[in-house]
Amino acid sequence: MTNLFDAFTGTANSLSGPLPDPQTDAGWSDAHPKRVGFFTDTSVCIGCKACEVACKEWNLVPDDGTDASDLYRLTGMSYDNTGDLGASSWRHVAFIEDVRPHGTATPAHGGQETGFLPAGLPAVHGGGNGHTPRDAASAPPGPDPAQPGTVDLLALLPDGGAHGQQTPDDERDVRWLMSSDVCKHCTHAGCLDVCPTGALFRTEFGTVVVQDDICNGCGYCVPSCPYGVIDVRESDGGAHKCTLCYDRLGEGLEPACAKACPTNSIQFGDLDELQAAADARLAELHGRGVHEARLYGRDPDDGVGGDGAFFLLLDEPEVYGMPPDPIVTTRDLPEMWRNAALTAVGLGAALVAAFWKGGRR
Amino acid sequence: MGVRTWLGEWPMVRQATGPDPLARGAAVQSPRTRTLEARTHGADEVVKSVCPYCAVGCGQNIYVRDGRVTQIEGDPDSPVSRGRLCPKGSASTSLVTSPTRVTTVRYRRPYGTEWEDLDLDTAVDMIADRVIDARRKGWQDTDDEGRVLRRTLGFSSLGGATLDNEENYLIKKLFMALGAIQVENQARI
Amino acid sequence: MAEAHPVGFQWVMEAKARGATIIHVDPRFTRTSAVADLHVPFRAGTDIAFLGGLIHYVLDNELDFREYVTTFTNASEIVGEDFADADVSGIFSGYDPETGRYDPISWQMEGGVYEAPAAGQRDHWEPELREHHAAHASDTAGGAGEQAHAPAAPERDDTLQHPRCVYQVLKRHYARYTPEAVSQVCGMSVEQFLEVARAITRNSGRDRTTAWVYSVGWTHHTVGAQYIRAAAILQTLLGNMGRPGGGILALRGHASIQGSTDIPTLYDLLPGYIPMPNAHLHTDLQSFLDADAAKTGFWGHMDAYLVSLLKAWWGDAATPENDFAFDYLPRLTGNHGTYGIVRDQIDRKTYGYFLVGENPAVGHANGKMQRLGLANLEWLVVRDMQMIESASFWKDGPEIETGELRTEEIGTEVFFLPCANHTEKSGTFTNTQRLLQWRREAVHPPGDARSELHFYFHLGRRIREKLAEAHRRGTPTAEQIERDRPILDLTWDYPTFGVHSEPDPESVLAEINGFDADGNPLSSYTQMTADGSTSGGCWIYTGVYAGGVNQADRRKPGSEQDWVAAEWGWAWPANRRTLYNRASADAEGRPWSERKAYVWWDADAGRWTGHDVPDFEATKAPSYRPPEGAQYEDALAGTDAFIMQADGKAWLYAPTGLADGPMPTHYEPVESPVANLLHDQQDNPAREDIDRAWNRLNPAMSDTYPYVFLTYRLTEHHTAGGMSRFLGYLSELQPEFFCEVSPALAAERGLEHLGWATLISTRTAIEARVVVTERMKPLRIGDHVVHQIGLPYHWGSNGLSVGDPANDLLGVTMDPNVHIQESKVATCDIQPGRRPRGPALLEFVESHRRKAGVEPGGIT
Repeated sequence: MTNLFDAFTGTANSLSGPLPDPQTDAGWSDAHPKRVGFFTDTSVCIGCKACEVACKEWNLVPDDGTDASDLYRLTGMSYDNTGDLGASSWRHVAFIEDVRPHGTATPAHGGQETGFLPAGLPAVHGGGNGHTPRDAASAPPGPDPAQPGTVDLLALLPDGGAHGQQTPDDERDVRWLMSSDVCKHCTHAGCLDVCPTGALFRTEFGTVVVQDDICNGCGYCVPSCPYGVIDVRESDGGAHKCTLCYDRLGEGLEPACAKACPTNSIQFGDLDELQAAADARLAELHGRGVHEARLYGRDPDDGVGGDGAFFLLLDEPEVYGMPPDPIVTTRDLPEMWRNAALTAVGLGAALVAAFWKGGRR
Repeated sequence: MGVRTWLGEWPMVRQATGPDPLARGAAVQSPRTRTLEARTHGADEVVKSVCPYCAVGCGQNIYVRDGRVTQIEGDPDSPVSRGRLCPKGSASTSLVTSPTRVTTVRYRRPYGTEWEDLDLDTAVDMIADRVIDARRKGWQDTDDEGRVLRRTLGFSSLGGATLDNEENYLIKKLFMALGAIQVENQARI
Repeated sequence: MAEAHPVGFQWVMEAKARGATIIHVDPRFTRTSAVADLHVPFRAGTDIAFLGGLIHYVLDNELDFREYVTTFTNASEIVGEDFADADVSGIFSGYDPETGRYDPISWQMEGGVYEAPAAGQRDHWEPELREHHAAHASDTAGGAGEQAHAPAAPERDDTLQHPRCVYQVLKRHYARYTPEAVSQVCGMSVEQFLEVARAITRNSGRDRTTAWVYSVGWTHHTVGAQYIRAAAILQTLLGNMGRPGGGILALRGHASIQGSTDIPTLYDLLPGYIPMPNAHLHTDLQSFLDADAAKTGFWGHMDAYLVSLLKAWWGDAATPENDFAFDYLPRLTGNHGTYGIVRDQIDRKTYGYFLVGENPAVGHANGKMQRLGLANLEWLVVRDMQMIESASFWKDGPEIETGELRTEEIGTEVFFLPCANHTEKSGTFTNTQRLLQWRREAVHPPGDARSELHFYFHLGRRIREKLAEAHRRGTPTAEQIERDRPILDLTWDYPTFGVHSEPDPESVLAEINGFDADGNPLSSYTQMTADGSTSGGCWIYTGVYAGGVNQADRRKPGSEQDWVAAEWGWAWPANRRTLYNRASADAEGRPWSERKAYVWWDADAGRWTGHDVPDFEATKAPSYRPPEGAQYEDALAGTDAFIMQADGKAWLYAPTGLADGPMPTHYEPVESPVANLLHDQQDNPAREDIDRAWNRLNPAMSDTYPYVFLTYRLTEHHTAGGMSRFLGYLSELQPEFFCEVSPALAAERGLEHLGWATLISTRTAIEARVVVTERMKPLRIGDHVVHQIGLPYHWGSNGLSVGDPANDLLGVTMDPNVHIQESKVATCDIQPGRRPRGPALLEFVESHRRKAGVEPGGIT
């Protein structure tokens, strides 16, 4: 019983904080595979939704919608007609139409230093002074942008080039952000920690999966998810969410969404390698002046001990509908348990047994 | 299943005796979960194909089991697509297994108000008769000035952009031999 | 491109990651714009003004890749004195206002012999004009005596200074297309325009190339062919053709739409871009070749390609004595494009119709016209997987609701035949890069579903049996015997297999590839002869079955090949992946730069080599100059990279081949809210119209129809929806028909986000959900604010996700070169709320027509 005691009193340190090896913490032998996950680089997402369809095709997830009448209705949220993650939407591509006063947006995401300002932003440089590429070695050959011909054309204009053809509407710049959201497969997963039946479990790959044959649809997991991911499906009464294609992983296949993703926005792999790739991508973007780029769910010191599925975002998480500071809902459990550790052992066992029976109904 | 084994399967026992005291991992893995395998695992065949939607020509692998398509995915070998598919290509399994797909001949007689059933062989025979008749009615040996036309305007065809080259070839060849010049497809649209 | 070709777009994203600059020029801010370095919004239908502005920028600043231009183009050739530029008027010399047609004789080069356009004249001119041309051709040839078949070298000035050399003519033509003019016409700022101009010129030259990518919306204009020409001129001036990372890439939208053009289910072509014979010009094989086959370049062998085709079709019945059965081919007399066919259906001049994987009731312009055509047929065969609107129009079409048509009064007999899908048959698709890829049959089609190969083979077999039987039983007249000879003599004996007697598709592919005199598969079209000893159904596909091996089925993984991946599938012609790639090397055959090396001359080996199969004769040295009187490819010099052209040159100025001018000129769309600011001529003077009550056009600059709309696809759907609206996973992602409007237009018209809007044109009125978005921007054109409305066109009444068809709003007015409709820009009105139902809809639309001063319309 030492193990159990340690766990409940927090000695095992497995309900919050950094945890390098959640699989071993969940009882898998040392020979378990490396932890895998998703790195979703939203700076290259084109919002095609291949991930949503590939996920549904593979996992046989039904059409979404709370009832048939709004199954085929626009949501009005740009090109997003999925709305959010749920029992029948394990991938969800958010579309954010972001409008800013002209000239205040930061440089384009993911673009090279080309002399361009961001998408939708006509560069204003009266007098025809072109931009000089930052890296002289990569400077394309061709005419000197400041050559007389160019300047002359602009100089012909009464206002030296500031003259445009736009209506006042064009004084605002449009940015269209797209991001494919998914279950985070948290290091400390609230859903898993509260699941009374053992339906939710951590796999040998470090992912968090619902076992449909165990789940009794109690729904405790639903409010325990700090991201609002997991939900109970009305049609079958079970809780559902992304499995990170657990059935495919066992056969060395990558998850369906990552495989389909045309631009490699969704990357699948060993978590440590993904983290290294993400760090490099972030540094690259910062180097190009895309200072808004940030990683989300990457930090093992965050409220969920870091995510197995993490993101590169181009704005505050709230902009994408993601909580800015998610905290595993069971973080304070050890504190509570410490006070009643000994009694808890017996009671806890009884509770687990009861729920286990419930799960076999 | 022996008692020891059965007991060993009991999650509470596994939880209490194993390395997973909070029952969050190995201890609660259900028998079904343990034997889980990919739907494509038992495929009889993986057939090389090409996506039927746009003209990029993405490679597809078709997984077949018991004479049915069980899954369609991108073919990583393809230098065109590198295994990737868009939402339409990813929906290919739904496309080919669609429950609303029509798989029998439907016939609407002139001035009819409802569809009727019709045997395929009869339908093709009726169409052959109508082609011959329309060909005759629309036949032009020569124009007003006596120039040879050797053609019929009696019937026409639209389609081909979704078909195979071999199919388009037979359509064009047959229509030319019948003198039917009015062959068109989406490439004109 | 990200919207409609997401997987192809991975290469753009990869290029971007490697440092490429992505510029998106589109009226709408789309998913492509979202990841582009620069999005340039502009007014729909003004692309030639924009491209012409870029040409002007290049020429005015002498930023062209001069060495490339002087080596590979006709820039230095002198245009004849008779040519008069469009200039202020917007009309070139040779225009006949009565016929609305051009006679391009005055566009010819000085000293040049009149030549057939690269792929023949097709049907560009009226018969009288065509005869005039034929006469002109034979006149000049006759006058030249023995030189008749020699490439007559036009006068040229290699300094490009002669006032009538192409370079100078081009420069003058585009002198009006200044950045300021572009800004005024297109509604983009001068700065935005210059940003693009600088970027593409900076990124073109020896060491860099720029690619232009268009989706085929560029063809959906009354000046569509000239859009492509304008891009071609620009890319040629910048030296971006035939080079890696260059080119003009057409993104086509159907799995084998390229194949259906190569092996054309198109009225004006025979396989391999050989023109269909014309009754007026082509009385026999020789007159056909005289009129349409170039005497120099690879089209000089059109006789071998055509005779091999005739041998493939009529086998032993095609003999030298009967012109290889050339006379079996039906003759054209004019335009028989799809809209003309539909007009003839409405006029009951044609009786039967096959619709094969096509849904015109939703997918084609002027849906009412399409459905009216269907309703006036005697019989209709629809082959599809789902119950599409074009099959059920008699039951639930919009005209049934309005009472314009009544089910009980529609006499069309409809056969809906289920078809096999792509997993249920073997065969090749040709993708948008000319790549043939073989698919293998995975499962058998269910129920009555069959492949088209099965349907047409067995339909042909039955027709032949029935006709043969009729001949046996009766006493056929001489006319009947003559009429049926082509179908009865046809080679139609493909091996079959399986319970349904499926024809073997590989045997068809082998026939397309062709055979030599001994029955061995040909390996190259250069083996074809005009003496009847070879056969081949499509000369440009010859080689796809070389060695008796299905080359389209080659599947060496891309990861095991270099970046050209030449061992995956097979590209026509001759597995060349980049056309005209000899231009990737300089005059001496050296790569323009190490970085852009692609195909080059190996002097030691005495042949061209490189990463791709050279699109050039392998051993023709760069120094080769044609001897006097040389013919065919021998007449092309070692620097004549554009081998399908009679003169081997890229044409900056096209003296022949186009029906609406030798140089692209900006004309406003037929339905435009503004006047043409660049020329007096408002719209394309040579365009084609169908003037009927069911095809009224909105007047230009109409107050009744003040807004521009454009139609397009969404990533989540496919064309007319037959392969997407019936699938739950796609329908839920874009569940309803909607229109995209700017906040300003929403305010102007009282439109509410997610509310309903009714859109009205002279054709009809449709309703759509309103999506108000900042991605749609009003543009200021002069003192006029132009609002543009976006309409995805996927919807119809059937399937899981339903809505009005956007194409119903469009009329039909066409490009005169290719007879394609202007469907990417038109005008309409928009009002809040749903459209009227039933007969009230007709009166509603008519009231708008009255207000606009348009004649009564609809079904009469």
